[in-house]
Amino acid sequence: MQEWANQLCESRQFGSKMTDSKYFTTTKKGEIFELKAELNSDKKEKKKEAVKKVIASMTVGKDVSALFPDVVNCMQTDNLELKKLVYLYLMNYAKSQPDMAIMAVNTFVKDCEDPNPLIRALAVRTMGCIRVDKITEYLCEPLRKCLKDEDPYVRKTAAVCVAKLHDINAQLVEDQGFLDTLKDLISDSNPMVVANAVAALSEIAESHPNSNLMDLNPQTINKLLTALNECTEWGQIFILDCLANYTPRDDRESQSICERVTPRLSHANSAVVLSAVKVLMKFMEMLPKDLDYYGTLLKKLAPPLVTLLSAEPELQYVALRNINLIVQRRPEILKHEMKVFFVKYNDPIYVKLEKLDIMIRLASQANIAQVLAELKEYATEVDVDFVRKAVRAIGRCAIKVEQSAERCVSTLLDLIQTKVNYVVQEAIVVIKDIFRKYPNKYESVIATLCENLDSLDEPEARAAMIWIVGEYAERIDNADELLESFLEGFHDESTQVQLQLLTAIVKLFLKKPTETQELVQQVLSLATQDSDNPDLRDRGYIYWRLLSTDPVAAKEVVLAEKPLISEETDLIEPTLLEELICHIGTLASVYHKPPSAFVEGSRGVQHKRLPGSTGLGESLESPDTGSAAGGSDAPPAVIPSQGDLLGDLLNLDLTPPATTGPPPPPTSGMQLGAMDLLGGGLDSLLGGDLGGSSAMGAGFGAAPAASPASFSAPVSGGLDDLFDLGGGVGMPMGAYNPPKTVWLPAMKGKGLEISGTFARRAGIIQMEMTLINKAMSVMTDFAIQFNRNSFGIAPAGPLQVLTPLSPNQTIEVALPLNTVGPVMKMDPLNNLQVAVKNNIDVFYFSCQYPISVLFVEDGKMERQVFLATWKDIPNDNESQFQIKDCHLNSDAASSKLQGSNIFTIAKRTVDGQDMLYQSMKLTNSIWVLAELRVQAGNPTYTISLKCRAPEVSQCVFQTYEAVLKN
Amino acid sequence: MIHSLFLINHTGDIFLEKHWKSVISRSVCDYFFEAKEKAEDPENVPPVLYTPHHYLVSIYRGKLFFLSVIQTEVSPLFVIEFLHRVADIFQDYFGECSEAVIKDNVVIVYALLEEMLDNGFPLATESNVLKEMIRPPTILRSVVNTLTGGSNVGDTLPAGQLSNIPWRRAGVKYTNNEAYFDVIEEIDAIVDKSGTTVFAEIQGVIEACVRLTGMPDLTLSFMNPRLLDDVSFHPCVRFKRWESERVLSFIPPDGNFRLMSYHVSSQNLVAIPVYVKQNISFLETGACGRLDITIGPKQTMGKMVEGLKVTIHMPKMVLSVNLTATQGTHTYDLTAKVLVWDVGKLNPQKLPNLRGSLSMQSGAPKPEDNPSINMDLKIQQLAISGLKVSRLDMHGEKYKPFKGVKYLTKAGKFQVRT
Repeated sequence: MQEWANQLCESRQFGSKMTDSKYFTTTKKGEIFELKAELNSDKKEKKKEAVKKVIASMTVGKDVSALFPDVVNCMQTDNLELKKLVYLYLMNYAKSQPDMAIMAVNTFVKDCEDPNPLIRALAVRTMGCIRVDKITEYLCEPLRKCLKDEDPYVRKTAAVCVAKLHDINAQLVEDQGFLDTLKDLISDSNPMVVANAVAALSEIAESHPNSNLMDLNPQTINKLLTALNECTEWGQIFILDCLANYTPRDDRESQSICERVTPRLSHANSAVVLSAVKVLMKFMEMLPKDLDYYGTLLKKLAPPLVTLLSAEPELQYVALRNINLIVQRRPEILKHEMKVFFVKYNDPIYVKLEKLDIMIRLASQANIAQVLAELKEYATEVDVDFVRKAVRAIGRCAIKVEQSAERCVSTLLDLIQTKVNYVVQEAIVVIKDIFRKYPNKYESVIATLCENLDSLDEPEARAAMIWIVGEYAERIDNADELLESFLEGFHDESTQVQLQLLTAIVKLFLKKPTETQELVQQVLSLATQDSDNPDLRDRGYIYWRLLSTDPVAAKEVVLAEKPLISEETDLIEPTLLEELICHIGTLASVYHKPPSAFVEGSRGVQHKRLPGSTGLGESLESPDTGSAAGGSDAPPAVIPSQGDLLGDLLNLDLTPPATTGPPPPPTSGMQLGAMDLLGGGLDSLLGGDLGGSSAMGAGFGAAPAASPASFSAPVSGGLDDLFDLGGGVGMPMGAYNPPKTVWLPAMKGKGLEISGTFARRAGIIQMEMTLINKAMSVMTDFAIQFNRNSFGIAPAGPLQVLTPLSPNQTIEVALPLNTVGPVMKMDPLNNLQVAVKNNIDVFYFSCQYPISVLFVEDGKMERQVFLATWKDIPNDNESQFQIKDCHLNSDAASSKLQGSNIFTIAKRTVDGQDMLYQSMKLTNSIWVLAELRVQAGNPTYTISLKCRAPEVSQCVFQTYEAVLKN
Repeated sequence: MIHSLFLINHTGDIFLEKHWKSVISRSVCDYFFEAKEKAEDPENVPPVLYTPHHYLVSIYRGKLFFLSVIQTEVSPLFVIEFLHRVADIFQDYFGECSEAVIKDNVVIVYALLEEMLDNGFPLATESNVLKEMIRPPTILRSVVNTLTGGSNVGDTLPAGQLSNIPWRRAGVKYTNNEAYFDVIEEIDAIVDKSGTTVFAEIQGVIEACVRLTGMPDLTLSFMNPRLLDDVSFHPCVRFKRWESERVLSFIPPDGNFRLMSYHVSSQNLVAIPVYVKQNISFLETGACGRLDITIGPKQTMGKMVEGLKVTIHMPKMVLSVNLTATQGTHTYDLTAKVLVWDVGKLNPQKLPNLRGSLSMQSGAPKPEDNPSINMDLKIQQLAISGLKVSRLDMHGEKYKPFKGVKYLTKAGKFQVRT
């Protein structure tokens, strides 16, 4: 309501015909005077009419603020309509007239004690809308009373008022103890009060992520569940969202909550339905799978989700984004509902694309025929984006459902026959992937593909086609001609195509050396001499050197067997998926990113995890329930089961994700020094070829499995590896030591200034200090002592300042430390209180040491131990942080961290996100396990820390930040 | 919670804004306009947008965008549901939900928005409760208000909010007590070229119009409730009774409301009332094509199919059509490339047919996309799923109300592929 008039002013462009628009004229002076007189009239009737006129003027944007005192005078009335109008007026003008607004306070206080609960509620509601600091203090008392009012309607309104007040002045609300009162309201007898209290607390909690506002225990949960049945639809949403944050003690509690939430699935309000789905999805994790109820619940979840798809398109969109998560987590729920995802002609495009995505996720051997028929239909639709996605989807089906591959390929061929340009191009791009997944199976279609060579004008399609020609050069008679035709406009091509063409021609040359020598020389010179693109040039040189120095090795590298494309590549990372499941129905679920990644000011957002088999439920579940992903007919490996999750994370070598990650370096003895380009080596290749072609043919067929080369991986990745041969893993850098800071300023030290830092050098912790004498007299007799501290740090010897320190003299001292001193927990944990004595006095100061000095050198955990430990540490001990503005890549970060004894145990790359698993060990044998997520191009890292002593996490995080940023 | 609301017309002018907390500059809508620009068609604007500081959640209704700004993580469905509710209330108050009507009634609109949300929390979203506080406009009242400078703000407070049944106001009185229920079913279907049903489901709703004095407690029972396995209810329906006895037991809101909606998806229950025999072909060379469509009854359960209408979206290169219909009228919209054939009643003895030639841009290649046929139809006095109401009982009040049930089947998204 505030700013109402302003908003209306802006709406002034309405035409003159409008009924209300006739008010849109400036107020004449006389009118105000007239109104003023009427407002002060003795006659009640006249007064009321006058206020109505004022409000009418205000509503349509006239400035009637000059009447403030007169209107406020009318506030003390028994007439409800009049009161409401005055309140409207107040809300609108209080901000511009704060001094006057104080005049209204008395009336609010009085109204809050009115016998009519509706008036009390109206007063408390209006109060909160007056965003004037001065007033808020006066309103605390009436609000406190209203929070304890006997009438639920008043309490319910007061609950929201606390949230309003918190928005204006958070400190005041805390000081006044309103938060506790609000918490008490969760146990209120009236469901509407409970719902509003929950809503208010949730909103307040959002700005205090770490405060434990919602103290959920079985009693409050019971209250919430009771209130759930009786409150309004909106209240149900708030309560369900709140319930989702609770972690039940055992499967029995979990089941009873589920039972009481299930009826909400039949609500007409889709937001209620989806919030209920969230609660059920989360609590289901705790139910043993062999329980009958588990199956019943699974069955109950499908119909409401399907119903959401018949709602308005906007609702459908949000529902589909969520269903996308649900089918990844529990594909069994919707596996029979494929048809509801069929795209309708008049669906908005954003709905179409989401439906398509889900169709592919649900595709299986059982329904693939249906899906393919649909996809083929979509490929003839009007919308180009959608058609493209449909064609890609056919390719994804082929890769996902092996039995369907043949049918998919023939469908794609049919589509190519339509000659619709963009369809053909998309088809070729996906056929390339199919070739990679099923090598030596569908090459018969190459001829058809080659017919369409000329129509390809998009880089991705051209690159795909060139790859195919290069890869199967030996089966295409005119491969050299085809590639040569691309070469003509080499410099006009995009980098992607240029790189691919270069590789393809080199492949061709290795397969048919005699006829293509000229071609390869041409492309190498184009790439190395005429191009400004460093990637292209470097790849050119590498091929050149390879070919010239060791053609056999070149063959091994270039024609090596490629790793197969495995499974789907666009699945959401399981840990992220788990988190997102906890956020079903929220913005995070639409965005498919954790809230911490985009909600403003939520650095400390607590990460939600599904209650899993690692938790309390373990003993209750049957042994095989570790695989929470469910049904045996779920597509294997699409969703790694929870128990295997970490094993999977650590086994990075077993299934390298398609096209990501640099390949292992070739094992051939390549000499980087040999610079004679295309020298004798090439000649020998050509010369030897005539005689030894059969040997070569065999060689290419059986390329050593140990050296799979990248065929199209980002060339820079390959390069790093090639040049890394000698160096091995990057040289560990030295530990990061923070710069010296002033610990004791001269002012406090009677002329002695001490600045210093801590370092760990060769396994010994050192306190490095600079002492400066800024006094006029000589200082002698230095000694040092530490107070008890968290890790028992103590000087290992006396402070070595042998010579007296004369005025203006500076001395550097390194004091070795050990960790066998007395222990006392400090706050912050890494705080150290120091006393330094000299001939003048004893000085006290405190400083903080980076916890990295306590990381011991043997902090590298065994993989298996890591895995077990990670699982063993309860999820509650996990904390998550973000490091902003860090521009290292994961390898650089890893070696930097290693310098500080933070050891990388494993690395895994998913969707361009590198996940580093690291361990470190403190001097007192506390292990800290970390998962560092680095996304290329995103300067914000996410780090999760797990430790049995979670209090060290904050310090460890600071160390990470310091090391990575310096 | 919901922070602000902007109403934007389809040309992109913000014509109304409302802030429930502090004012957010309307420049935040620029992100939305950007997305709108990109989407071309207003229906295709994504409903959830992210900006550096806010989230924009919007719906498109009646050629208007309802755009809400939120700052914290809230459930987007909650926001979307609320926005639809706002549009429903406008519809309810003003008879339609359009720019002109909202501008005409801007004072009431603000008063409504103020009552519907408090600090971003939903307050009163039930039409019954709102109407108690803010009177809907009538011609007489607006004349009186103009003369006296009066307001539409009622002099009562929402007493209904104090009770446990917020959807019904106290003290309702009618001289004629009546309760009518409309069972309306829409068939959503996709039929492929050969006439096989690819996908079909029924979206059903029961719309109620209840004008009963006092606090009646109604029980509605069905002949065949087993049909309904996927239902959503108005909050007034007692779920426990449904679970145990499969009857709808409720104290109704006053006036019009949607009692329940349901969904029948098992293929064998979904009858497709008509068949379409169609042949639309384009010649490989030469700028013309042929069209021949015949519609016939399939599973009509012995009822008359009415309001039959065929809408075909033609490929862009179709310039004009030269068709003759045996029944009804047809028009071709040259700019939108939409052919509409208004058939009317379906006579099983004489099947309606539309045939003729399509002329295309000369030299244009054969169209890449197939035209798609959308069907409209109506069948009175039939719920195609077979759902039947058996009886309505009333407790709690002594008078005898008039009762009535109507059935209607319509085509929803009924699409025939070519």
